[in-house]
Amino acid sequence: MMRMVFLLTAWLLAPVAQAATFNQFLPAESRLTFDYQQMGVNLDGKFNRFQAQLNFDPARLAVAQARIDVDLASIDTGSEEGNDAVVGKPWFNVKDFPAASFVSTGVKPLGNGRYEVSGKLSIKGRSVPVTASATFQSSGNRGVFDGSFTIKRLDYAIGEGEWADLGTVANGIQVHFHFVVTAAPSKK
Amino acid sequence: MDTRYTSTAIVLHWLVALLIFAAFPLGFYMHDLPLSPTKLHLYSYHKWLGVTVLFLLAIRLAWRGTHRPPALPDSIPAWQQAASHIVHWGLYVLMLAVPLSGWLMSSAKGFQTVWFGVLPLPDLVGKDKALGEALSLVHTGLNYVLLALVVLHVAAAMKHRVIDRDDIVSRMLPKGGRS
Repeated sequence: MMRMVFLLTAWLLAPVAQAATFNQFLPAESRLTFDYQQMGVNLDGKFNRFQAQLNFDPARLAVAQARIDVDLASIDTGSEEGNDAVVGKPWFNVKDFPAASFVSTGVKPLGNGRYEVSGKLSIKGRSVPVTASATFQSSGNRGVFDGSFTIKRLDYAIGEGEWADLGTVANGIQVHFHFVVTAAPSKK
Repeated sequence: MDTRYTSTAIVLHWLVALLIFAAFPLGFYMHDLPLSPTKLHLYSYHKWLGVTVLFLLAIRLAWRGTHRPPALPDSIPAWQQAASHIVHWGLYVLMLAVPLSGWLMSSAKGFQTVWFGVLPLPDLVGKDKALGEALSLVHTGLNYVLLALVVLHVAAAMKHRVIDRDDIVSRMLPKGGRS
């Protein structure tokens, strides 16, 4: 009987705990951008289509999870000429590798709403661990992640052959994300 | 009375001539190339050359403002003297307008100009596709005017050298080149 009461209580309280779990991604309000250097000139670009599946409760980081999939053909490098080139074989080769994905492996709190998110970033069939620093701010059931990390494009063979020359396009690419999420009410 | 340009004016004239003779065909050649690292390098070199012309133009104008060029001899008809002044000032205007239009076009197309890959020039206009395409036409058009004036300038020099056989051109040549 006691056990029944306990389970019932747990079940009744569950929606309260659930409410703090942010698991609905709002792609229209989110942004995924990057900075790169070409011939010493700072340029930036963005991806227009990406999706995220995540589960984030600031109180239960141990079970926090994120998976982000990016449609690489949706890239905007800032110029049409660049957009046409970068989907091609030497760059992203979107025909054979249409998507990039990030799968989290752990989230570490750094205090003051700052987190260190570790995971594996896979592009063009190559997976490399990356670590992003991010902030999370929420008000009510709406939350926003803002963060960035740097990748080396040659780790993923982004820019092969003549484009591997780092004097033309630098190796370091800074990726910035602004992800808006909501905590969906419990469906149970 | 000095009948020659100063050494500084001569060096600046030929230096700018050399840069224009490099930048002009480069610009003509590079814009149709397919995207490649070579193309990106050539664009950068072209932009660096243009900014250098702009920089040298400022020095030339400052020098000219403080050092009066030698007057043309009275033997030259008034209309030719007037024509020479018009072409010279036209060249000055284009040495300003051509690099400036290129700089603005770069900014409008979203590619900042970084002189020699080191010194970033401010973007005087924001990224704007329509403006970039308009400035591209302006830059091209101004270059054809520049080409026309350079042809006139060189033709006039040849005329003095070959037909009139006078000393006009040697005023702008290094001392050894005096005929």
